[in-house]
Amino acid sequence: MGIAKDFKNGYLSGLGVTMKTFVKTVTPKKMGGGAATVQYPHEKEAPPIRARGVIALREDNCTSCMLCARSCPDWCIYIEGHKELAPPRRAGGAPRKVNKLDRFDIDYALCMYCGICVEVCPFDALFWSPEYEYSEPKIADLLHDKTKLGEWMETVPEAPELEAGAEKKKGK
Amino acid sequence: MSMFAVDIPYWGQSLLRVLGGTVAVLLPAGTIVYLFLFKMMSFMQSRLGPMEAGPYGSMQLVAEVGKWLQKEDLQPLRADKRIFKIAPLIVLVSTFILVAVVPFGPDAYFTNFQAGIFYALAVSSVSVLGILIAGWSSANKYSLLGGLRAAGQLIAYELPMVLAVIGVVIQAGTLNLQQIVVAQNAGEMFGWNGLGNPYLLTQFVGFVVFMISVQAELTQTPFDMPIAESELVSGYMTEYSGFRFLIFFIAEFANVGVFSLIAAVLFLGGWGIPFSWFGWHSMGDVDNWMNIVGPLIMVTKMIVLSFVVMWVRFSYPRLREDQLQRFAWKVLIPVSLLNIMVTAVLKVIF
Repeated sequence: MGIAKDFKNGYLSGLGVTMKTFVKTVTPKKMGGGAATVQYPHEKEAPPIRARGVIALREDNCTSCMLCARSCPDWCIYIEGHKELAPPRRAGGAPRKVNKLDRFDIDYALCMYCGICVEVCPFDALFWSPEYEYSEPKIADLLHDKTKLGEWMETVPEAPELEAGAEKKKGK
Repeated sequence: MSMFAVDIPYWGQSLLRVLGGTVAVLLPAGTIVYLFLFKMMSFMQSRLGPMEAGPYGSMQLVAEVGKWLQKEDLQPLRADKRIFKIAPLIVLVSTFILVAVVPFGPDAYFTNFQAGIFYALAVSSVSVLGILIAGWSSANKYSLLGGLRAAGQLIAYELPMVLAVIGVVIQAGTLNLQQIVVAQNAGEMFGWNGLGNPYLLTQFVGFVVFMISVQAELTQTPFDMPIAESELVSGYMTEYSGFRFLIFFIAEFANVGVFSLIAAVLFLGGWGIPFSWFGWHSMGDVDNWMNIVGPLIMVTKMIVLSFVVMWVRFSYPRLREDQLQRFAWKVLIPVSLLNIMVTAVLKVIF
């Protein structure tokens, strides 16, 4: 009895699983069949909204505080900046000092997509984008400068709604 | 070769036989690789497999062969170079000399050995030598382990295979493959000759034991310990690259085809259709057109049987080495011995 049961549950059902998958894959898509995979260059799967594809930069928010560059485990963020005087906020006030970015590069040949830079940024200047198609024939071209990182901002999805009961960010 | 109604000189016949043998080995190999290894395995894993090279990826094999031919012919420094080079050839040649006894029609055969199945079983073990010396000459411990595992496994499973065939031989009363085909198609089961007497039905135990042993002889999963890519990094094939690896690869799948052909001859009635359908009684009555239809029937049966081999291959995980040996010696061999005994008794009674 035991052997017969093992045979049915183990060996025969094993063959059944592969045969079922086989039949499902060869039945046309319209009839509910088809493969679980997609033929990549011809059709594309939409990545999840929070996928870690590429890091985008909102240049206006960046104060070149270097927190991201220092926390990067791979040291793949390069930042150079200088201080500039900006007109005062109120009439008669002293001119403000602002940090101006000269260079903000991320070397995607080194980046390991840990996202620590995005987490650590106190000024909301770095964002995850689900975009993933930016491979290059030359490895040096994977160094994205601040213009290119700024262009990725267009692909950043809207932040999802906070869950009910989540802690609200304290305003001023 | 009388089917052409012209007298072909001996050298012409030999040339035709060599050509036919090459086709009979390489065509099944290519078909099995594309249909089963590329496509059926992908479908069973819910993916489409190669789709880019040619329509539905049908030219993928050409691309793969081109890739292998371009690769460097590497040899380990300490390898026994000459032996290392000829090992894959031995494995492939054993396939070619194996197909020589398979009949494809009443006159469409390469040779008509009286002891055909005896020859086939003897020759099929030549490939073990190729595998063993490939493992030995590679100067690599994984290759050596793979080679030794292959030797142990192939010897263990040759026995049940031979014993399963003996049942067929007792029932047919001949060792000649051509006559085994005739015995199945001209025979009758309990006085009814509508289906002939395919030994698949009357020798079912023998058929199951034979197919399991074939699975092990071909080192297909679940009996692929000699290759075992995850523990032995492909065993005896570890050090082979380029076209020498290609030869091993072709030999593996050509062997699937040739063993399926032999199993078709032994158990599925070979090239024949039940003789009673056309009012034939013996070999002499068979019409000439069977020389054309026969090979097609053989190819169909070969595809069905290799489908089963590959289906099992893609469904089951690998056995452990001791489980493998225990299964051969404690299950298959006693069962096939029992099968011989019962067959012999029934042969005397009926």
